Amino acid sequence: MSVEIRDGKKILVTPISAEDLKDIKIGDIVYLSGSLTTCRDVAHRRVVEEGREIPVDVRNNAILHAGPIIRPIDPDNGKFEMVSVGPTTSMRMEKFEYDFVKITGVRVIVGKGGMKENTSNACKDFGCIHCVIPAGNAVVAAVCVEEIVKAEWRDLGMPETLWNCRVKEFGPLIVSIDAQGRNYFEEKKVEYNKKKDEQVAEISKQVGFIK
Amino acid sequence: MNQVEKMTDMIAKFVGHTAKKLPDDVIAKLSELREKEDSPMAKVIYDTMFRNQELAVKLNRPSCQDTGVLQFWVKCGTKFPLIDDLEALLKEAVIKATFETPLRHNSVETFDEYNTGKNVGKGTPTVWWDIVPHSDKCEIYTYMAGGGCTLPGHAMVLMPGEGYEGVTKFVLDRMTTYGLNACPPLLVGVGVATSVETAALLSKKALMRPIGSHNPNERAAKMEKLLEDGINAIGIGPQGMGGKYAVMGVNIENTARHPSAIGVAVNVGCWSHRRGHIIFDKDLNYEILSHSGVTL
Repeated sequence: MSVEIRDGKKILVTPISAEDLKDIKIGDIVYLSGSLTTCRDVAHRRVVEEGREIPVDVRNNAILHAGPIIRPIDPDNGKFEMVSVGPTTSMRMEKFEYDFVKITGVRVIVGKGGMKENTSNACKDFGCIHCVIPAGNAVVAAVCVEEIVKAEWRDLGMPETLWNCRVKEFGPLIVSIDAQGRNYFEEKKVEYNKKKDEQVAEISKQVGFIK
Repeated sequence: MNQVEKMTDMIAKFVGHTAKKLPDDVIAKLSELREKEDSPMAKVIYDTMFRNQELAVKLNRPSCQDTGVLQFWVKCGTKFPLIDDLEALLKEAVIKATFETPLRHNSVETFDEYNTGKNVGKGTPTVWWDIVPHSDKCEIYTYMAGGGCTLPGHAMVLMPGEGYEGVTKFVLDRMTTYGLNACPPLLVGVGVATSVETAALLSKKALMRPIGSHNPNERAAKMEKLLEDGINAIGIGPQGMGGKYAVMGVNIENTARHPSAIGVAVNVGCWSHRRGHIIFDKDLNYEILSHSGVTL
């Protein structure tokens, strides 16, 4: 079983199965322990468009859309310290995410903000969730990293390297797409757009300065 | 240490500080908004934010991993002794701050598409100049332009028939699309001018104004308030996940316009609005207006 409850926290522990995710719904708050790898723009492009094999095994594990600040401790021997790490805009990876999940078998995607149909379809078809960690909280996240296990594709530079981390109770993670494919942000957006139109109409009545 | 080295060192330290601690006005506004939110999700988000800012200071680390591209808006007196050296020393200060703080390497050379690994490159850091005649002082706004809050940036030229109603729609449309992902509660900067670049630059300079300040023009100030209340009423909340307050404020900056055009632009700052404001005199004595209790 890869779901533990500790001090009232629901903690997903890698490796995670599709079965583990079936009772998790959008809006739930969970935490993650185990294998989490930073993975963003160019790494997605390499896997999906270039057809390259991802050099870190993320199957049944988690990825984080993020570009961290790393301090080298002994870089020749692969030793680094996680200084600050927080999520980046997940939407940039939307274009690649269906194929990325299909190819890699990743179970948990952590990032910032919403994603769209490519990702929600992947979540539904392959048993995966997308979560957001409140963004801008890079030190809260960094102190959950126990160790940087390995670093791959270092030619991409600090933000884009695949930093494979062992994390403990990484979170809070707010579930934004669940394994049924429900999408928190897309549902919210319907509400927001309706209210936005009302506000535009209301404000417009009061700013007729050109007469 | 000569004066150029001294100023480089002070700017590097100040930039490093702004990566770790938010300006006083931002902290005050976030504290106020935190108290006003009552949903459990909004509370978890604010608790995380405040714990993060405490840890950043305690562990002496950048509070957000995206320490941005450094941008400097300088209002430099023509008699300021280091005016000739200023642009080069700002670049040097960014390199120094990048290794000392540390900051993330955020300069990718365009077309050649490689990360310089120094956080500076062709035209970065960005430096905007205002020359102040008959002055020997140098006033500098520092800003860490993160990727997330840079993405919503948008400028266009409206036809006068679209009016300020068009400006309203332009700004609000951006909030429900890109704004959600830009780490609300946001500070929203709006430029109203004549062409894309005049409006765009004003929209960034608007973000340098303190939260709670108002445009001196009565109508512009009224529109700031209308937009602030309007965006909040959409219900976007912290992190775009729902709540009562989505903005820390809306600041509008404006100029006159061509009769045939309304240039409009929007720029946003995320909740982690890392703005600094420092004034040097000719002897490099300094006054920091954005952050209390800092010694460089």
